[in-house]
Amino acid sequence: MNDLISIRVDGREVTVAEGMTVAAALLGAGISGFRRSVSGGVRGPLCGMGICFECRLTIDGVAHSRSCQILCRDGMEVRTDD
Amino acid sequence: MSAAFDLLIVGGGIVGAACAVEASRSGLRVCLIEAGVIGGGATAAGMGHLVVMDDSEAQFALTNRSLGLWQSLAPLLPVESEYYACGTIWAAADEEEMVEVRRKRDYYAERGVPVEVLDGRQLAEAEPGLRPGMCGGLLVPEDAVVYSPVVARYLLNQAIESGAEVREGIAVYDIRADGATLVNGDWIEAGAVVNATGSWAPELTPGIPVQKRKGHLVITDRYPGFLNHQLIELGYLKSAHSVSSDSVAFNVQPRRTGQVLIGSSRQFGVDDPVVEQRMLRWMLERAIGYMPGLAGLTVIRTWTGFRAATPDSLPLIGPVETDAGRIWLATGHEGLGITTALGTAELLVDQILGRQSKIPFEPYLPTRSLVEGHHE
Repeated sequence: MNDLISIRVDGREVTVAEGMTVAAALLGAGISGFRRSVSGGVRGPLCGMGICFECRLTIDGVAHSRSCQILCRDGMEVRTDD
Repeated sequence: MSAAFDLLIVGGGIVGAACAVEASRSGLRVCLIEAGVIGGGATAAGMGHLVVMDDSEAQFALTNRSLGLWQSLAPLLPVESEYYACGTIWAAADEEEMVEVRRKRDYYAERGVPVEVLDGRQLAEAEPGLRPGMCGGLLVPEDAVVYSPVVARYLLNQAIESGAEVREGIAVYDIRADGATLVNGDWIEAGAVVNATGSWAPELTPGIPVQKRKGHLVITDRYPGFLNHQLIELGYLKSAHSVSSDSVAFNVQPRRTGQVLIGSSRQFGVDDPVVEQRMLRWMLERAIGYMPGLAGLTVIRTWTGFRAATPDSLPLIGPVETDAGRIWLATGHEGLGITTALGTAELLVDQILGRQSKIPFEPYLPTRSLVEGHHE
């Protein structure tokens, strides 16, 4: 079993297994609304393989990061709805 | 017997659309024909930067007059036009370019255009994303940006309200002084015919000095606050106006959406609209050299378009005698077609109706002596 690490999502601490993608970590924590579309609709992961851009989050200050392509690191700061 | 229309405008880019509304409101019966979609050519491909320019007195007169018309129009535009008076900053990298900043400041100020010289610190405050060590810049606060295809559609709708007819999605096969033949064989008769087909104008009016000048553009995802003004390197004057060779310049624009438009490139002698990785890389490296943070942004689309370039960088506005009789031209605007569309429409319709024009029309006559590069 992988080691457990923790990331912060909108200030809330979430414990995840090392090696997990950020998208999977949020879904596992019960978060499915990742961002808002231009017209305000809720968006979350769709393709899971870096193509659809629906799962974008602000990760460690970098806006529009595709969370399904980025692995969790201990202490990572994640923001939704940016 | 009089024709069905007083004026037939070929080309539904922003220039043709502006001419249609000006002519309709002046009482002319107008028909406009667009082969593709309204505002789908250079109008959609360009940045939509509304900018006062001073390469020559004539260029200044037309861009400055047009900016005034844009300011009057702005409150009437639909919100989707994304009119945004963000101002332009001409950025100076070194002391040599600061000399040009001060020359430009004097030129604009003498002619009543508000301007402000920024020193290096003020420039860095205005645009924190610029690389450290820039010398300063010239802020032209009344310059603006707009989403041009929406404006073209709006102008044409205004023309329709004033009685104009529009035929969209059918190409013109041939034009004469008294009308046009469409590709389906229809003949549309008119008192006068305007060729406003941008870089395609020589196909209908062979022999006019208009050349395609290809450009590349890039747009990023939404990063509100990344950029506050349209930023152009003053080196632009050295690089973009090199007449014969390919060139790139740092020219970035903030959109109301938070997106960043990144330009620009210029190429002669290329007819293929394909996005060229060589040009894209060169253009982006230039931009990143000025704004390192651009390298971290996500690009969502790249495309190209064709400016209608003339040898002296001024548009062709007025009549020309051809084998097909007298044809009116409204083309050759190169990179300033959005800015100068409104002024062009005034000049064209004033000439057609024999009215006194607001600025002298002679510098833009197609019959002027065209000297490459310089004009005064």
